[in-house]
Amino acid sequence: MADIIRNDAVVADGWQILRPSAEAPLAPDSLPDGLIVVPFAFWLQHADALARRGDAGVWLAGNEEPAPLAPWLPVLKLVAVDFPKFTDGRGYSIAYLLRSRLGYRGELRAIGDVLADQLFYMRRVGFDSFAVRVDKDIHHALAALKPFSDVYQGSWDNPVPAFRRHHRSGPGPQGGA
Amino acid sequence: MYVYDQIDRKIVDERVAQYRDQVRRFLAGELSEDEFRPLRLQNGLYIQRYAPMLRVAIPYGLLSAKQLRMLASIARRYDRGYGHFSTRQNIQYNWPRLEDSPDILADLASVEMHAIQTSGNCVRNITSDEFAGVAPDEIVDPRPLSEVLRQWSTFHPEFAFLPRKFKIAISGSEEDRAATAFHDIGLYLRRSPEGELVIRVLVGGGMGRTPIVGIVIRDFLPWQHMMTYVEAILRVYNRYGRRDNMYKARIKILVKALGGEEFARQVEEEWKFVKDGPGTLTREELDRVASFFTAPDYRPSHENEAELERQIAGNRGFERWTQRALKSHRIPGYRSVVLSLKKTGVAPGDATADQMDLVAAWSERFGFGEIRVSHEQNLILPDVRAGQLFTLWEEARKAGLGTPNLGLLTDIIACPGGDFCSLANAKSIPIAEAIQLRFDDLDFLHDIGELNLNISGCMNSCGHHHAGHIGILGVDKDGEEWYQVSVGGADGSSAGRGRSAIGKVIGPSFKAVDMPDVISRLIDIYLDKRQDDERFIDTVERLGIAPFKAGVYGSPLRAGAAEEVASNG
Repeated sequence: MADIIRNDAVVADGWQILRPSAEAPLAPDSLPDGLIVVPFAFWLQHADALARRGDAGVWLAGNEEPAPLAPWLPVLKLVAVDFPKFTDGRGYSIAYLLRSRLGYRGELRAIGDVLADQLFYMRRVGFDSFAVRVDKDIHHALAALKPFSDVYQGSWDNPVPAFRRHHRSGPGPQGGA
Repeated sequence: MYVYDQIDRKIVDERVAQYRDQVRRFLAGELSEDEFRPLRLQNGLYIQRYAPMLRVAIPYGLLSAKQLRMLASIARRYDRGYGHFSTRQNIQYNWPRLEDSPDILADLASVEMHAIQTSGNCVRNITSDEFAGVAPDEIVDPRPLSEVLRQWSTFHPEFAFLPRKFKIAISGSEEDRAATAFHDIGLYLRRSPEGELVIRVLVGGGMGRTPIVGIVIRDFLPWQHMMTYVEAILRVYNRYGRRDNMYKARIKILVKALGGEEFARQVEEEWKFVKDGPGTLTREELDRVASFFTAPDYRPSHENEAELERQIAGNRGFERWTQRALKSHRIPGYRSVVLSLKKTGVAPGDATADQMDLVAAWSERFGFGEIRVSHEQNLILPDVRAGQLFTLWEEARKAGLGTPNLGLLTDIIACPGGDFCSLANAKSIPIAEAIQLRFDDLDFLHDIGELNLNISGCMNSCGHHHAGHIGILGVDKDGEEWYQVSVGGADGSSAGRGRSAIGKVIGPSFKAVDMPDVISRLIDIYLDKRQDDERFIDTVERLGIAPFKAGVYGSPLRAGAAEEVASNG
């Protein structure tokens, strides 16, 4: 069990992210027990079996096209998006597309190089859980989740931009106050 | 001018608090150098050759007197008494301390300014026409949509970590003074045949290592769709732009790889999903923002024109200055005045704190308390009455801001170069100065006429050398500083008859010491070949680069220089 942030709280979490390598590939008949998160390509190959298993999630890399996941999204309990480096911003668009275009409503987790100062942006595009890098203080990351009390533009968390949500004043005696 | 409301103020104040904590964590060792870098960059802080450099946004080039005084105060308090106005309508401080940077941002926030996204791989400061709202050739005032886009792009959650930096420029006049074709996105505002405000959308322009003129992917985008369309472009770019090689990561490379048509198709495909959604701009919001940019209390008058004529007739120096420094104004009796930051011996674009205070005071005395910053790195007083020009000129001259060289060869655009910038291959400032010294005869300078000479100290092209009628690029050859020269570039403004073009390199590069001679030779060839009132750029266009090349390389520049050139293929 590791600590993650889920729904704006630090909680213990049992999902195990499987990252196969050339030396240690994943085999469908020797998967670990419990809650597992398999790579996207592996999911697509063994989707029916994994879906039946019920306790398998899937993770996507930044260069992967999420659309083929659409048939499984209603039953998936966890989809994760990997950030190989925190400066690689593709995962933000993937999360936004999973939520707003493909209608995914289950848990969406940021994994990989996940750091405190990016959580605010990640949360806005649709992530609701964060596997903060283990060498970082997760409680500090939680405190940095909402540095801003308002935002200008819409995204997944709130598609309505500030100018449609507030009565914003113009110039004049009351203006600019 | 736009004035912050509670939302704007809170967002900027909260940013200062967030950044203060990030600096604290970095200094406490909780954030590594690599982790802190993108955070400080998105707050404008670079680590430079000698000290950090702080880049402050001047959104679409607009400043109030109060804001300019704050910039002066920051220069005095945290720097060495001056600042550098850049080609992207930013001001850069070269000597702040990292520890002071949160306090500087707090000072900026107190006058509704910030350094948000002035660096890093995100949407940068939105730039625009420095004569917005006052130019007679304006079709649509670009300031309201610039402000709308500034807000939209500020902390956009999806586009804070793009493959590479992303620059957007907006222009709304006959003459494109914002170099829109040289931006990742250029938005050119105009009226449809039905009179509706529409936007011509260009993408994939840029300078740098691979200079490209942007292509039009939409000709008549109704204004309501500006943000959703830009969102679609950015989403395509964020997903498919290259991240494996920073030199191939700009959107222009993606547009080139896919082809303009295919790129446009992908954008249109993406746009379908967001078009007409909540991100669509409302008339109410556009009107609200536009209401901040209404005309000040002008007193149209022709009365002072005769007096101005008399003053011009009686004073050669004043006459020269009026020929260069004044721009016509849409209100009779007014002019916009360009204050030159290109005095010989001063780094192009630099202004001292005292000069900033003076300009702020002039903006109140001679105008409505407003100042503009141009991408040519000069300051502008947009609304000066004709009858006050002579007084202003006398004061500007005393303050070193009255050099009558606007648009001429010595009005050089230059980046800070190797004197300050750690990216630079070569110095820019001494080259600019050597050329200014060579062309110090004002009659000769005026005879040469309009000419944009731009210098960049490296391929990043902050000095816009690709778009210079004469462009100079600093290159590194085995640890030595050399300079490559191009001719025929044009930034889309009327100085190049509205064309946007990349300059052509004339041949092997030169040593710094030879640069004044090289420029002299180019000018001599032009003066020899020019027909009628042709400008330098026109002659280059008519004859091509061959005669210039022949003239420059035809004989050794100095004794012994031939071997250097020969060995420097």
